[in-house]
Amino acid sequence: MKAWLSQHIRTLGATLAKLARAPVSTLLNVGAVGVALALPVGLYVGLASLQHLAGGLRVEPQVSLFLARDAGRGDVAQIDSRLKQHPGVRGFRHVSRERALEEIKTRSGLADVVESLGHNPLPDAFIVDASDAAPQNLEALRAEFLRWPKVAHVQLDSAWARRLDAVLRLGRLAVLTLGTLLAFALVAITFNTIRLQIMTQRDEIEVVKLIGATDPFVRRPFLYYGATLGLAGGVAAWLIVAAGICVFNDGLQELSGLYGMRFELRSMSVGDSFSLLAFSAWLGWFGAWLSVSRHLSDFEPR
Amino acid sequence: MISFSQVHKRYPGGFEALRNVSLGIADGEMVVVTGHSGAGKTTLLKLMAAIERPSSGSVVVNGQNIGALRPRAIPFLRRNFGLIFQDHKLLFDRTVLENVLLPLNIIGYRRGEAARRVRAALDKVGLLPKEKAYPITLSGGEQQRLASARAIVHRPSILLADEPTGNLDAAYAGEIAELFRSFNQVGVTVVIATHDEQLATRLNPRLVALKSGELIEAVPGAGA
Ligand SMILES: Nc1ncnc2c1ncn2[C@@H]1O[C@H](COP(=O)(O)OP(=O)(O)O)[C@@H](O)[C@H]1O
Ligand SMILES: [Mg+2]
Repeated sequence: MKAWLSQHIRTLGATLAKLARAPVSTLLNVGAVGVALALPVGLYVGLASLQHLAGGLRVEPQVSLFLARDAGRGDVAQIDSRLKQHPGVRGFRHVSRERALEEIKTRSGLADVVESLGHNPLPDAFIVDASDAAPQNLEALRAEFLRWPKVAHVQLDSAWARRLDAVLRLGRLAVLTLGTLLAFALVAITFNTIRLQIMTQRDEIEVVKLIGATDPFVRRPFLYYGATLGLAGGVAAWLIVAAGICVFNDGLQELSGLYGMRFELRSMSVGDSFSLLAFSAWLGWFGAWLSVSRHLSDFEPR
Repeated sequence: MISFSQVHKRYPGGFEALRNVSLGIADGEMVVVTGHSGAGKTTLLKLMAAIERPSSGSVVVNGQNIGALRPRAIPFLRRNFGLIFQDHKLLFDRTVLENVLLPLNIIGYRRGEAARRVRAALDKVGLLPKEKAYPITLSGGEQQRLASARAIVHRPSILLADEPTGNLDAAYAGEIAELFRSFNQVGVTVVIATHDEQLATRLNPRLVALKSGELIEAVPGAGA
């Protein structure tokens, strides 16, 4: 067990020494892997930030009913009871015209304007959560509610949120596709790097196999090299993305400020960062494993 | 214990390097395989260490049939051997010390114990002062001794040496022969392939002669 551990530590040390011995090619390899990973990761960060923006808004399927201004308490009570019995309604909330006015006064800073109107221009409203979020169902509900007495206007709040959701879903697909392609590129880079190493170390591999090295022993340094290359590439990608977030956020702040909103790229969470590093190390290991498995069979005894 | 029974070895291309070889080598024996170049000496040693497999017949080493050995088992079989190759197979990008350390790393020795054994092996072949040198800076004889040190460092039970005195002048050849004898004296089975008549007579071993892949005589020697 101790011997086993010390073999691994020795291999790790030798791997780092090997990387340090050829700083230029190490730097280029790590850079190539880093750039390849930074593309999908950067896109992912942008997407996650958009999603966060969208998450602040309600994505639940909501229908707002606005009553006619001449609707009285009786009409309100009638609609209340109709909604209670409706099977397509999961829940609802009544916002009285008085409450709505209070909210506008306190929230929007338009108190003076409202005050100056002298009367309450707002209707009674019901905010309804539909039990089925399918668009055709929401449309059907809208049509039905419009036929009820004293209902002046029905609005589907979810339409734009659903559109954003569709865009985000498309974005996720793009991240996945790009990620898969560039993960393949990373595997290809390590595969080829390891292939070259095996070629230059033919003599050594032949000798150690002749004097009793097992296949795992022969593979180990190459697998370590691949995993280390992948991990270093992951770190490079993380740094590239972090730098990108910094640079973009300056510009984004200005741009989103012009639209009166606040949008910024969120830096990667600890969990996401860890996943990136673990995945890139695994990809490097996998590329090395493929390469070693493919090329070590040349050394088998006949 | 090494035993060959009716072994044929045909190389790809159809050349028959060994023909109907039957041979037994007991534990602790010292055997010298003689024969002209191309007689099949190297092939005989390669079959023992599972570097080649017999085309027919059986080769059994320590109770294990080489022809039927699973690939996973081969490394562990080879650790019973100390191998001195005809072309030495030294690693030229590693120091003398690192070359000798290699078998111990493979087996998984701890650093301290490994260093101690490496020094002992280098001392035995007289290369201790050159432990930090690279093999390219060594003379042919020194390279030969380095190959010997690497072969014995893990204290194998069987030593296989292919033309171990090939490049050595008489004095060094004598030293190497003494080295083999000292190993044999502590119980190591020693098999040497050589066309060097002097080495054969110096050690006074059991002689096995090959000619065109066939065993032509097996003379029981006085041994050590
Ligand atoms: N890998 C190989 N492929 C084909 N022929 C070989 C191979 N190795 C050896 N031979 C042939 O087998 C014969 C015996 O070779 P070898 O065992 O090396 O003889 P020795 O060691 O006695 O000089 C030689 O004729 C050689 O050309
Ligand atoms: Mg030979």
